[in-house]
Amino acid sequence: MRDFLLSVGYDQWVLPTLLALPAVGAVVIWVAAAAMEPAAGTDGAGVGRAARMARGVALATFVVEFVLSAGLWWTFDPAMAGWQNAVTTSWIPSWGIHFAVGIDGLALVLILLTTFLMPLTVLGSWTSVREKVPTFYALMLVLTTGMLGVFVSLDLFLFYVMWEVMLIPMYFIIGIWGGERRIYASIKFFLYTFLGSLLMLVAILYVGFHVGDAHAGAPDFSYPNLLAHLSVTPLAARLLFGAFFLAFAVKVPMFPFHTWLPDAHVEAPTAGSVILAGIMLKMGTYGFLRFALPLFPSAALDPTIRSIVLVLAVIGILYGALVALVQPDFKKLVAYSSVSHLGFVMLGIFALTLQSVQGAILVMLNHGISTGALFLLIGMIYERTHTRMISAYGGIARAVPLFAAILTLVSLSSIGLPGTNGFVGEFLVLIGSFRSVPFFTLFATLGVIAAAAYLLWAIQRIIFNSLDKPQNAALRDLNWRELGLLAPLIVCILWLGVYPAPILRRTQQSAMTFVRQVEHGPPLRRLAAAPPPPPPRQPPLSAPGPRAQPTREGE
Amino acid sequence: MLALTRGIMPTGLAALAGLQAVPLPGSPAAAAPTFDLHLPWQLLGALGPDLLLVVGAIGLMVWAAWRPESAGHQRRVGELSLWLVVATAAAVLAYAARHLTAEPGVIAVDAFRWAADLIFLVATFATIALSMDYNAREGITSGESHVLVLFATSGMMLLAAARDLMLVFLGIELMSIAVYVLAGLNRRSARSAEAALKYFLLGAFSTGFLLYGIALLYGATGSTTLTEIGDRIHQYGLGAAPLITVGLALLLVGFAFKVAAAPFHMWAPDVYEGAPTPITGYMAAAVKAAAFAAFIRIWVEAFPEVVYHWHNAIWFLAVLTMFVGNIVALVQRNIKRLLAYSSIAQAGYVLVAVVSGTTLGASAFLFYLAAYTLATMGAFAVVVALGDRGETNLDIDEYAGLWTTQPWLALAMSVCMLALLGFPVFGGLGFLAKWYMIQAALQAQYLGQPTPQVMLAVMIVLTSVISAGYYLRLVTIMFMRPRHPDRTTAALAVRPGALTESVVVVSVVLLLALGLVPAYLVNWSARSVPAITQRPVYVLPSAGSGTP
Repeated sequence: MRDFLLSVGYDQWVLPTLLALPAVGAVVIWVAAAAMEPAAGTDGAGVGRAARMARGVALATFVVEFVLSAGLWWTFDPAMAGWQNAVTTSWIPSWGIHFAVGIDGLALVLILLTTFLMPLTVLGSWTSVREKVPTFYALMLVLTTGMLGVFVSLDLFLFYVMWEVMLIPMYFIIGIWGGERRIYASIKFFLYTFLGSLLMLVAILYVGFHVGDAHAGAPDFSYPNLLAHLSVTPLAARLLFGAFFLAFAVKVPMFPFHTWLPDAHVEAPTAGSVILAGIMLKMGTYGFLRFALPLFPSAALDPTIRSIVLVLAVIGILYGALVALVQPDFKKLVAYSSVSHLGFVMLGIFALTLQSVQGAILVMLNHGISTGALFLLIGMIYERTHTRMISAYGGIARAVPLFAAILTLVSLSSIGLPGTNGFVGEFLVLIGSFRSVPFFTLFATLGVIAAAAYLLWAIQRIIFNSLDKPQNAALRDLNWRELGLLAPLIVCILWLGVYPAPILRRTQQSAMTFVRQVEHGPPLRRLAAAPPPPPPRQPPLSAPGPRAQPTREGE
Repeated sequence: MLALTRGIMPTGLAALAGLQAVPLPGSPAAAAPTFDLHLPWQLLGALGPDLLLVVGAIGLMVWAAWRPESAGHQRRVGELSLWLVVATAAAVLAYAARHLTAEPGVIAVDAFRWAADLIFLVATFATIALSMDYNAREGITSGESHVLVLFATSGMMLLAAARDLMLVFLGIELMSIAVYVLAGLNRRSARSAEAALKYFLLGAFSTGFLLYGIALLYGATGSTTLTEIGDRIHQYGLGAAPLITVGLALLLVGFAFKVAAAPFHMWAPDVYEGAPTPITGYMAAAVKAAAFAAFIRIWVEAFPEVVYHWHNAIWFLAVLTMFVGNIVALVQRNIKRLLAYSSIAQAGYVLVAVVSGTTLGASAFLFYLAAYTLATMGAFAVVVALGDRGETNLDIDEYAGLWTTQPWLALAMSVCMLALLGFPVFGGLGFLAKWYMIQAALQAQYLGQPTPQVMLAVMIVLTSVISAGYYLRLVTIMFMRPRHPDRTTAALAVRPGALTESVVVVSVVLLLALGLVPAYLVNWSARSVPAITQRPVYVLPSAGSGTP
């Protein structure tokens, strides 16, 4: 497989293609819909035809995306440090800006998560989106370009552009197809993210010019170059870290910056919630792993800053869980549970041990799968009953046994039951963190218990108890489309729960590089853990082919 | 640095003057013909495109007055005016392509001038095109309106070229008087008349400031030529002289009025609201740009040393303008007032270029102006397209649900709003413009010393977040609110004129396309600056060479 893919130059064209394809798909949908839909405001056959066309094109594009990206699974060389599949072309030369993309293990996992979830969200919104269908799917496609772009960017300018590109489609998806308070939620979502990201913009410009000045040359925004050459004063490092922190912490979301999340998640249509929770929340933690910590290790290792972040992470874990406990709205409950889960990721990242970082990456992946599945399930039941209130249900296991079984399984995986994916990630985070920050880990462990409390209690009230609402007795169970789209998620839940080794193998190098990069900063080894065990060397799957490596040492 | 020694001056002095010595790429200046501005016919040659426009405009004015007013005649005059603008733009391009230069004198012949001219001409073209449709709808039959726009534009071109304070004054008057009349063009509208009167009174007042400032500067230095003022300030150490201080303060006030920078912005919303919509766009884009172009040239050429004492003043002016413009815009209900405050806020961003005091600032200025002009003309074109006779539907709630009735116009307006907000990809060029501005702020220099204006950069982004409050609200209203059932949709179902549509399409397409492939525009704006700073103040040590 690998040899075949490399023989067709796969590693050279796959990333640009993954980025371009959804954008092209979006344009195709818009143009075709404009041609099919007659005059504005009339709902005739053309509108229905355009809607079918849009669904088909979107699904086809996403399936192709997934198939294309699946090749990365095989061509990715887990033993290799550095960037793989890298492609660099000049974009705005005089500003030191390149179109530079490439992946490592962390990006690989998140790209696959994205391309895996996107077709499922299309299927999930197959019948629930009824108005302006072509625009909806076109926006989903544009959004995908932005999300993949964030994960593959190796140029800070490109990263920032992609970061913002995600914002507008999601703003429209929430604002046009959302629930009752959709306008409020969409504007809040936009403004929070925008405020955070603009300060990051200043920080990006600053580091780009700083590196440029240090080398008496043009500014340089290339990430590998910045990583190699950036040296700022401790104060500047703290301020810059703060700017990046704000942008990413809003997105994660960390505790005091999380208030946009419940609104956005609850008001968004199902597809929007799945994408928000499944993929977009990972942007923040990805940003920490990729940019904020490796670029400013001195700030990240500063005991005060580190303690503050860890405290916020632990508060997030506990606060998210406790607030989830009292939510009457199931979607809001799941939204708050995200705050809690992402707290684990932040804990794992800032604990800075190999296990904790690998665990954090795994939690990111698992949260995407489990919470994505939960939002899809909520969307399915909402489509039938048009309520998300827990109190409106009760005992529906008798009416919809399949739904109940899957909901139970997915909830258990979200809780972190051994044997499901959720367990592996959180367990790794906890044992990894315990070695470096035992005090915080102690409190974080309580979050696992709280997760069991809120989710088990919720599913008890929804699917067990007695079937006392007559209207619920007539609920239809899942149809084939819904089963079909849930099946891959269930497979993943069980597969990762039992055998996460392939993922761990592919992310190990990234995690090690990350820990090393951060700890190579100014000496502050008080919290440093014992040196990580050497990675089990995987025998190379084949002779490494010629690889493009970004080894530009300043221009 | 090496390139500097090509000139007569020692390198140290350039550092003292706070100027980045950027060599002209490939040094075409050496081979290009140079105008000697002391010879009348060479002076005329240096003013070629300007003269073409003025002579053409005079001819058009005679022709416009020759025949009785009628809608058809208005349109024909407009069409000819468009051709004249195209011809002038071609002349400007031809001049720019030859890398012409000039001996020190009253007129600058440099890339900055041509770049600024092109931006004015683009705005002018859009304005006249919009006016043709607008006049037809409002029943304005005077063909002279287009000619007045041409006269105002020739004033702007003079401003971009002027290297003498008297010429600056002439340019400002030529531009302003034409625009006073244009603001009151719609004789049937009381608001239009009010706008014209208000603009005229306050404009005349501000011109008074400007003229008084010029007089004081002349008193202090004995010259009105920018380069000579710069020389003498340097030679006699006049940087902190009281006359210079007061003169500059008055000059600053005069220009702040013209560009509507807070706290001298009070006139702008009323005038923008009352003036015919295409003219409002013209004022917001071109008039402001021209005043800025002259301002930057004066600042960089005549007062590079004094700027050091003044940058705090402009810093506060910039920050105040950003905050006032953006915050007050949040509560506007009228689309034209909203865009007026938005343009005040944008003036604040442009002032950052002035604060930065580097060549990068001047190129950031040009780049920003290109993006701002496209976005502003696009936005006003949409307002024109959606307006009805008498302009009764300017409340932003009228735009509710626009997406369902006029999806393409809603899309175009959103692109323009996002461009003004400075959003990447969907706002196209707007983001790069803001990026350039922040870049200029972070690379600011005073007297050759890098002094990054990080706070100013932070102010830009903070006020940008505030501005999201109103730019985005318009997008929200258009896309997410349902159409109000009481409001008539009849007016919105009407197709706007072909010219208006093409202005919308061209601005939006340019915004988006240049946003994705900006390398050329970046190089263009970077190239279009150095000439302004490679100025003969360097000739200074050899004592007054050149002047007889």
